[in-house]
Amino acid sequence: MCVCPGPRRIAIPVRSSRLPLLSDAMPAPAHLFPLIRSCEISRICSTACYCHHKHLCCFSSHFAHGHFRYAPQKRFAALYRPKENFNHFIHARDYASTPQRFYLTPPQVNSILKANEYSFKVPEFDGKNVSSVLGFDSNQLPANAPIEDRRSAATCLQTRGMLLGVFDGHAGCACAQAVSERLFYYIAVSLLPHETLLEIENAVESGRALLPILQWHKHPNDYFSKEASKLYFNSLRTYWQELIDLNSGETTDVKEALINAFKRLDNDISLEAQVGDPNSFLNYLVLRVAFSGATACVAHVDGVDLHVANTGDSRAMLGVQEEDGSWSAVNLSYDHNAQNEREVERVKTEHPKSEEKSLVKQDRLLGLLMPFRAFGDVKFKWSIELQKRVVESGPDQLNDNEYTKFIPPNYHTPPYLTAEPEVIHHKLRPQDKFLVLATDGLWETMHRQDVARIVGEYLTGVHHQQPIAVGGYKVTLGQMHGLLTERRARISSVFEDQNAATHLIRHAVGNNEFGTVDHERLSKMLSLPEELARMYRDDITIIVVQFNSHVIGACQNEEL
Amino acid sequence: MFLRLLSDVRWRPAAPRWSGAARCPRSTSAASEAPPPAPLPGQARVVVCGGGVVGASVAYHLAKLGWRDVVLLEQGRLAAGTTRFCAGIVSTARHVSIELKMADYSNKLYQQLEQETGVQTGYMKTGSISLAQTQDRLISLKRIASSLNVMGIPCEIITPKQVAQLHPLINIHDLVGAMYVPEDALVSSANVSLALATAASRNGVQIHERTSVSHVLIQKGRVTGVETDRGKIQCQYFVNCAGQWAYELGHSGDEPVSIPLHACEHFYLLTHPLKEPLASSVPTIVDPDGRIYIRNWQGGILSGGFEKNPKPLFTEGRNQLEIQNLQEDWDHFEPLLSSLLRRMPDLEALQIMQLVNCPESFTPDMRCIMGESPTVRGYFVLAGMNSAGISYGGGAGKYLAEWMVNGYPSENVWPLDLKRFGTLQSSRTFLRHRVMEVMPLMCDLKVPRWDFQTGRQLRTSPLYDRLDAQGARWMEKHGFERVKYFVPPGKDLLDLDQSKTFYKPDWFDIVGSEVKCCKEAVCVIDMSSFTKFEISSTGDQALESLQYLFSNDLDVPVGHVVHTGMLNEKGGYENDCSIARLSKRSFFMISPTDQQVHCWAWLKNRLPNDSNLTMEDVTWKYTALNLIGPRAVDVLSELSYAPITPEHFPSLFCKEMSVGYANGIRVMSITHTGEPGFMLYIPIEYALHVYNEVMNMGQKYGIRNAGYYALRSLRIEKFFAFWGQDLDAFTTPMECGREFQVKLDKGMQFVGQEALLEQKQNGVYKRFTMFILEDHDTDMDLWPWWGEPIFRNGRYVGKTTSSAYSYTLERHVCLGFVHHFDEKTGEELVVTTDFINQGEYEIDIAGQRFQAKAKLYPFSSLFTQRRRKDEVELSGYQRE
Repeated sequence: MCVCPGPRRIAIPVRSSRLPLLSDAMPAPAHLFPLIRSCEISRICSTACYCHHKHLCCFSSHFAHGHFRYAPQKRFAALYRPKENFNHFIHARDYASTPQRFYLTPPQVNSILKANEYSFKVPEFDGKNVSSVLGFDSNQLPANAPIEDRRSAATCLQTRGMLLGVFDGHAGCACAQAVSERLFYYIAVSLLPHETLLEIENAVESGRALLPILQWHKHPNDYFSKEASKLYFNSLRTYWQELIDLNSGETTDVKEALINAFKRLDNDISLEAQVGDPNSFLNYLVLRVAFSGATACVAHVDGVDLHVANTGDSRAMLGVQEEDGSWSAVNLSYDHNAQNEREVERVKTEHPKSEEKSLVKQDRLLGLLMPFRAFGDVKFKWSIELQKRVVESGPDQLNDNEYTKFIPPNYHTPPYLTAEPEVIHHKLRPQDKFLVLATDGLWETMHRQDVARIVGEYLTGVHHQQPIAVGGYKVTLGQMHGLLTERRARISSVFEDQNAATHLIRHAVGNNEFGTVDHERLSKMLSLPEELARMYRDDITIIVVQFNSHVIGACQNEEL
Repeated sequence: MFLRLLSDVRWRPAAPRWSGAARCPRSTSAASEAPPPAPLPGQARVVVCGGGVVGASVAYHLAKLGWRDVVLLEQGRLAAGTTRFCAGIVSTARHVSIELKMADYSNKLYQQLEQETGVQTGYMKTGSISLAQTQDRLISLKRIASSLNVMGIPCEIITPKQVAQLHPLINIHDLVGAMYVPEDALVSSANVSLALATAASRNGVQIHERTSVSHVLIQKGRVTGVETDRGKIQCQYFVNCAGQWAYELGHSGDEPVSIPLHACEHFYLLTHPLKEPLASSVPTIVDPDGRIYIRNWQGGILSGGFEKNPKPLFTEGRNQLEIQNLQEDWDHFEPLLSSLLRRMPDLEALQIMQLVNCPESFTPDMRCIMGESPTVRGYFVLAGMNSAGISYGGGAGKYLAEWMVNGYPSENVWPLDLKRFGTLQSSRTFLRHRVMEVMPLMCDLKVPRWDFQTGRQLRTSPLYDRLDAQGARWMEKHGFERVKYFVPPGKDLLDLDQSKTFYKPDWFDIVGSEVKCCKEAVCVIDMSSFTKFEISSTGDQALESLQYLFSNDLDVPVGHVVHTGMLNEKGGYENDCSIARLSKRSFFMISPTDQQVHCWAWLKNRLPNDSNLTMEDVTWKYTALNLIGPRAVDVLSELSYAPITPEHFPSLFCKEMSVGYANGIRVMSITHTGEPGFMLYIPIEYALHVYNEVMNMGQKYGIRNAGYYALRSLRIEKFFAFWGQDLDAFTTPMECGREFQVKLDKGMQFVGQEALLEQKQNGVYKRFTMFILEDHDTDMDLWPWWGEPIFRNGRYVGKTTSSAYSYTLERHVCLGFVHHFDEKTGEELVVTTDFINQGEYEIDIAGQRFQAKAKLYPFSSLFTQRRRKDEVELSGYQRE
């Protein structure tokens, strides 16, 4: 567990070893949870270990991007003796002595968990649902303040298909925000046939109303930045103009379109930052976007064709119901991080042998970055000269920011990072019941097999709970009553959530060692003060897409 | 199969005239021995469809009354539907007086049925105990106990300890009291039906099983026959007793008959016998707060209930197969099982035999449906028993049979009349939603002024949104939303659930201020729901017909308004209305809201079939605003620039005039309350304009909105009787002091004239009386509602029909009928004015008696001074 499952993606290099700190941190759990059962101790301890570890990251990131007031390394070092500070901090809040005060009632827990939930049902036409997607549930639980994860969902209006994606930002949320707004347009445009592109271009040219390209399905909290829309639109338009010029006459391959869209958007982000903008606000924005980073995991569903394009360490997983009714998980993405040997190999082949040792350190790219592919993060893409030029000519906020000025060590042959996704194509089968897209905040706490089981059981719900029949058995009223009460309890825990993603978050945050939701634990985790939350968990963003087996079955038959 | 579990008796054709088709896949040996089906008769006087307890009871009573040419058709086997599964509890503890009478009659009928027919009915007088877990529930039980006692049905309120003595298993720790009705009984419902059928069959009724009616043949608005799967039968009368299939059967023909009912699943549990089998005489337990009933059943128990989340079924129509295969749903039954084990913890170890799923049909207002279709003559209905088929079956069958044979039943059955509904209650969606509310209500506390919450906002006035925005709280009558009162801004009332009370309600002061405004300034009440007909003719046909159908003289100058009863042959009120003579040849008739179907049918059936005479329902065309109060005249005259002084616009007058920009507003100087003011009948497109104008202009006169509660208080303190509440088909104008509305000498015959003449000569046997409660504390004591027994010199003389708090008298006023029962024989004697005046009265509210002062005439001081007495709307109340 101490491989640091969910720390900050960017770690600012520090010299000292972490070990003494871990032991320093040991007293903390006892303060935090004075009432826990002994069997939980070991679990909590391990949590606390990595939490403390995260603690550092937390502070670092706080300085790194939060307000762009970068703590100089000296100060950073000072912070790095935090035993007293840390305990002080806790005592000051009286957190240990009266933990009850932080206990949340079940309705309070629910209101936190449900604050960002969103559900979309694909409308049925004349009782027939022609889409292979029934609908989706999504939700987010922040650990950072503000949250750095983003999510998007939209239906393509000029082509068939639905797009869904989760985006995990690091070093701020600017890049994740931009990608969540823009990426689907790039994908949609990449998928459009030549005639439609011409039509759209003509409409823009003559000032006519534009064909709508996407229908978004957004939670009220999912915002689009108004200020940059013009800029973003112009970049997008340049893209489709190039596509028109390039007209190859071939039908668009989804896989290719996804790869092109990812690369093009990352390129635009980079270019916009280099060119800058006369509007100082926008100028600052494009720089923040470029200097922060984001991973992306995007699914495109069209009939039985499911494509998942992934850049970074978010993950897509298919929930499959076996013939015996049990649930299993199929991975539809590969994590791009140090645990993926293929990925480590790729990075090493792209750079001279001399850098082999410095390329991946402490499971991080150049010892700094956890994901090996990402949008933005120009610090890992631009040459040193370019970085210096842009920072110097940039606004003061940027210039004053130590993080942006900081050049990664052993930075010899950029780029070290790419936004190019790996695309997996999967033909949906009737037994494929749902798709889970989630940021690593979920995957570091739950195994995909558990995810498949929990979502599967939730979606089929009590429908699969067999009705009781007495038949010829000898049952007393008391026995029946006991049985019914138990069944009711089970149902109510499932039905507490109307949203599969919420249900999954409840388990991810509140599961005890028996794999069931423990309210006390859930309450503790959710009542952590903002500053502490990030030490115990990462932002979690989940989209659960439910498939329509009937439509899929019908499509399959047609193809046969 | 299950039938045999419930009853030890195996029924088989007891009379040769019964027939059953042999080809039944489920039939047992009994059926295969049965003779081939007897051929259907080609014609009959009456065809009854449905062989459950209700159909059997109708056939039984028709035969008793001498109609022998009756055919009873059953699609399956007798007593095979809901009746087969019925829990078999005969309980007289009912809230509505007519229901109580039906249940009482049923009980007495079933008791002697075995002796009469020789068929074992399993009748067992066990008594029943209704438990109260709360004080409010106890009040509710006490009210029922008062009604039962004055009807001569033994009944007592007992303590929890006494409950424990009567029942060995019951847990009494959470009880505050109970009601014990020792004569309530248990029967085997299937066998009761069989006994009734056997007796009917002996009296000549032909019974055919496995014969289903596909539709009813109708010609020129009359039943002419029925089409069955085994051929056609010509008949004059058809009775739809098809239970939960009655709705569909009603809709199967070319001319649909709307019978608003909907089925819900209903569950009850059967157990094996206890170790020490429960005695067969152990009383039935009804625990309404726990939503369950528990009766003994073959040494074990039978327990069911009315859950909060009912499962409606067959919304999309009939599926005969499904009823056989309905699943037990234990998870659904869980709350009721918990409740049962809480009530009888010792049952834990008792073994389950079966959970029975027995669909029951429910109606939109929890009362059964009885009577003749308003559109098809000869088409009678008796269905929708709301899970009390056994309790009501006997009595309801009797009333319907009387209705068919005599033309009217022997009791006022308006609360059950099919014509209280129209097609507007016939939507499947409405019924589905409403029955989901109705079924849980079976166990809910029944408090005064309670409104249904589902199926609302169906009919609304064009001012609905406007009034709603001003704080209106709504009730519903015949689908129409009406304002109860207006909650002033900044004032909060209790939640609906918490506002249930038998005591002073939370709106007391709000209504008080509305009443005050009506008395001192001017109020506007939207009364658009009233039923409005226009009757006109090319010649004198309209006048002639109306003169015959109404008791008052309608040959008045154009522009006059006449209050008149629409009486039946016995002189009883079929309707009480106001009729304005718009021109020589056209009349505008205003009746209570729920008269829309009944009055239409009554007139349609009696008006001559003359193409020169037209009647139109214009209810939807007009919005009615009632301007009540001394300043109404000022508001109206400013808006119309017309003189509205009493000289130009006397009481009971009708004029078309302009109000604001809108022309053609029908203004009548009546208010339905006895207060001065005007009714404005406004074509709906002008409604908003006129309302705005009235409100703007009225500002300087202190105008405000008011609702029906204020209206009610005003009319009751003025001793105004309302049809449907105080007046019914068994009340004549003579009995309610309205002789002045009858013109016996108007120079022509009218319906009910003879009966009234006789009453005028011989005197009346009941008298509508007003009671002012003397020692009643409005804040502390239970409020009267209606149906409270009236005692004169300690003896029961009648019941109240309505009541309200009079803000003017600062007393409660009850209206009700006083009878004169002979002290020895109980025979009804003539009620004289002296008899009324020379008595000490008490009103019994839930067992507590309050002194009351009886009055036969309203307080004249309550009428405003601004108008001369003889011009007051109800001047006739003054003694001539």
